[in-house]
Amino acid sequence: MNTPNPKNYHSLIIGGGHNGLVCAATLARAGKSVLVLEAANELGGAARNREFTPGFKVSAGAHLLHALASDVVSELDLARHGLKFAAQGMDTHALSPNGKHLQLGNSMIKAGDVSPADADAYRRFMTAMNRYATALVPIFQMVPPRLIVETWAQKFEFMKLAWQIRKLGRHDMRELLRIIGMNMYDLLDEYFQSETLKGLLALDAVLGAEWGPRAPGTVLTYLYRLSGIAGGNGLGVSQPIGGMGSVCTAMAASAAESGVELRTAARVKRIVVENDRACGIELDSGEIIRAEHVISNADPRTTLLSLLGTAHLDAGFVRKLSHVRASGRAGKLHLALKGLPAFTGLANDALGDRLTIAPSMNYLERSFNPSKYGEYPDEPALEISIPTVRDASLAPQGQHVLSAVVQFLPYDNGPDRDSNRARCLESNIALLERHAPGIRDLIVHAELLTPFDIEQEFGMTGGHWHHAAMGFDQFFFIRPLPGAAQHATPVDGLYLCGAGCHPGGGVMGIAGRNAARQVLAGGR
Amino acid sequence: MQSAPNSPPIYRQPLLTTPFYECYEPLIETRAFRQWAGYNTLTYFSSIEHEYFAIRNSASIFDMSPMIKYQISGPDSEAFLNRLVTRDIRKLKTNRVTYTLWCDDDGHVIDDGTIFRLGKTKFRLCTAERQLDWFLYSAIGFDVQIKEITQEIAALALQGPTTCAVLKKMGLVGVEKLKPFEIGIFTELGFEIMVSRTGFTGDLGYELWIAPKNARALWDALMAAGEGRGIRPIGYGALEMARIEAGLLLPDSEFVNAEFTLRTNRARTPFELGMDWLVDLDKGHFNGRRALVKQKAEGVKRCLVGLEVDGKKPAHDALIFDREHGGKEIGATTCSLWSPTLKNNIAMAMIDAPHHLGPGELWAEFYIKRELVWQKRRVRCRIVERPFFSPERRKLTPPNDR
Repeated sequence: MNTPNPKNYHSLIIGGGHNGLVCAATLARAGKSVLVLEAANELGGAARNREFTPGFKVSAGAHLLHALASDVVSELDLARHGLKFAAQGMDTHALSPNGKHLQLGNSMIKAGDVSPADADAYRRFMTAMNRYATALVPIFQMVPPRLIVETWAQKFEFMKLAWQIRKLGRHDMRELLRIIGMNMYDLLDEYFQSETLKGLLALDAVLGAEWGPRAPGTVLTYLYRLSGIAGGNGLGVSQPIGGMGSVCTAMAASAAESGVELRTAARVKRIVVENDRACGIELDSGEIIRAEHVISNADPRTTLLSLLGTAHLDAGFVRKLSHVRASGRAGKLHLALKGLPAFTGLANDALGDRLTIAPSMNYLERSFNPSKYGEYPDEPALEISIPTVRDASLAPQGQHVLSAVVQFLPYDNGPDRDSNRARCLESNIALLERHAPGIRDLIVHAELLTPFDIEQEFGMTGGHWHHAAMGFDQFFFIRPLPGAAQHATPVDGLYLCGAGCHPGGGVMGIAGRNAARQVLAGGR
Repeated sequence: MQSAPNSPPIYRQPLLTTPFYECYEPLIETRAFRQWAGYNTLTYFSSIEHEYFAIRNSASIFDMSPMIKYQISGPDSEAFLNRLVTRDIRKLKTNRVTYTLWCDDDGHVIDDGTIFRLGKTKFRLCTAERQLDWFLYSAIGFDVQIKEITQEIAALALQGPTTCAVLKKMGLVGVEKLKPFEIGIFTELGFEIMVSRTGFTGDLGYELWIAPKNARALWDALMAAGEGRGIRPIGYGALEMARIEAGLLLPDSEFVNAEFTLRTNRARTPFELGMDWLVDLDKGHFNGRRALVKQKAEGVKRCLVGLEVDGKKPAHDALIFDREHGGKEIGATTCSLWSPTLKNNIAMAMIDAPHHLGPGELWAEFYIKRELVWQKRRVRCRIVERPFFSPERRKLTPPNDR
């Protein structure tokens, strides 16, 4: 039995992922005493590095930055704390089975076999989408207003929102309202002929998501992704030196400099509640640590159902919480390679860019279909990064790692999951072999993390790395659910700061920063 | 209810009959049936007035077998119930019964019912309508099993001043020692009878719970023992009169299940029902507690009260005004009755704050039809304590021999 920690912190943060660290640093910079408790042996959550075989490291979750908020970068002074980029504003190569790949920047098609009409349409499409995404940036970055408006200040919040859309002008406002609930499949068909181009853009809309491109709401998720890149609020698609883990390392250094205490290998067993107020936590070791505020970077269900316990919540709230959609469909493929693979039709200097395998929207939809029935796709869609091309620190000299987001895998906790995983890994390698003949012989080690594995590894209920699926039913003032959408939970003193909060998944840091601001405002 | 493979769907099947139906079928004079929870039950056998006086003057038998019963067991059953309902179930001792309400997240009443504590981790919850869905959601995170056992138990409510004597005559040794809300198990008839000193009449009375196969034996024994003590079966009509006199709540009369209200401001909290004494805000969290704490601090906007109304005409569906002429509409009656026992005209009404605090006069406006001609009445009424009728015999242990 450990002696209780005599200190009463201003805030305890459960989970040292990027949002937890941003939240901690923001509070500490406001002069508050903060302790971060991370269950794993290192900080970073799903944004940490993973040495999946000795000497080979990958970013365990998302492997490219596209949404880290620039004001979070500057507020935490992440550059001074070691955040450096191997590449920024990276191009994407949409791989085509016939070797006629497309190379795209954010606003133009740089190379590839598309008609002049498609090339024009792409500029038109990206101009429009970037405008909409830019208009949505304030909405994605704010603490959602409460749906029940009682005061003039609350009404004003809504008027500001309406103005944000209205000021697009009549034409664009109408168009945004027309498309925002649409599916990406139909929208892209309005613009383009090229299957490869549509496949890539549709993949961007559904990366990490639960649904294929024909699902309503996928335009919203596309605009969400774009908002991180658009309007100068994000850094573009970027590869941090040292992997994604270095982002959190920089955040942790910034937090520590501001006075945050960081503890790893400290798994929280439960949130302590006294007189209907969260007042601390108990660790697995039995140690009890007290604080005025408990802020959880864990997903909403883990936080509220497991750590807090339903006894402290109303049954109707628990009913809604237990229905929050959080079934992950994204997997991660990690290959340790003894040499650089050669992709058919792709120049070697392009291997450091972002590569995608989603040659058509129907390909993508077919890769989604089996997951609806709990089955694995024969031909998954992939977003590939070979970070070692630009950052040799991640693998032994002359060797490489390949990291890929794999869409769409079912959440499979069944008895056959090991053999299913092995079969799916094999079909991934076979797919890569078709695009990069000989890659199989380069493999030193291979692993596939399914949504179930991601759940086990990172403690995310359902294995959804956005903590709660993105969609209109779990968006803005109802994310993750009504009654917890402004970071405060029904229990006084307990807050959420993770990806389950608005705006959602992706390494952005907005949810963490907003949670800290809500706590500082004493706010619900 | 299991359907045979080729039988029509349940909604095309006739209403169920209770295990006692064949016992009292010969006594049914009126065929005034009503549906209750999927069962065919009686509004009255011959006359509501006669049956009412059996409750107040002798012994009445009401077949309450359709009452929905849930068995709640498992290590967390006490904690589950304590989080579900407004009262502190930790204080409920084994072989005791408690009446309670349960609320949704907003503190609005879903339903009321009784909880029987049969052991450390074994309870029975009785309520008028099914709500397994709400209970199962309330059970998330608790190690508890909830099972509907409505059809496994048949039940009779035996209510009235001579009921203790009837049970003694029937051979239940020591039944007179049962205190209000106490449970006893009796086996003198050769099968197990669970007797609880509970009821819906505000009178001396007992509820008898048995296995359905013993229905005939119990019925016959009761009727034999009650001979000379005015025993008679009653229907729902007489019970409704008695429950108004007792000031008891009835779903869809005093409140609508909060899960089924369609309009805003139609659901009611325990405080709005005047049931503050059922709410333990200090016991720890329970469903709706935070909303109720807030309402307690802010005060209610309306409240259920008991009314005495001038004249003899029950104030059915009356609107309540604050003046004899003109004035402001401040509420409406939920139920009303010329009370034969009190010789008084009583009603319950939902009244806007602060008028529910009284004192002063209120005015009930209602319409009566006399030989096809409608007349508007606005009669004086005043707020009185509930229950309207609470005889000493309700609580006396042992009850007087009658």
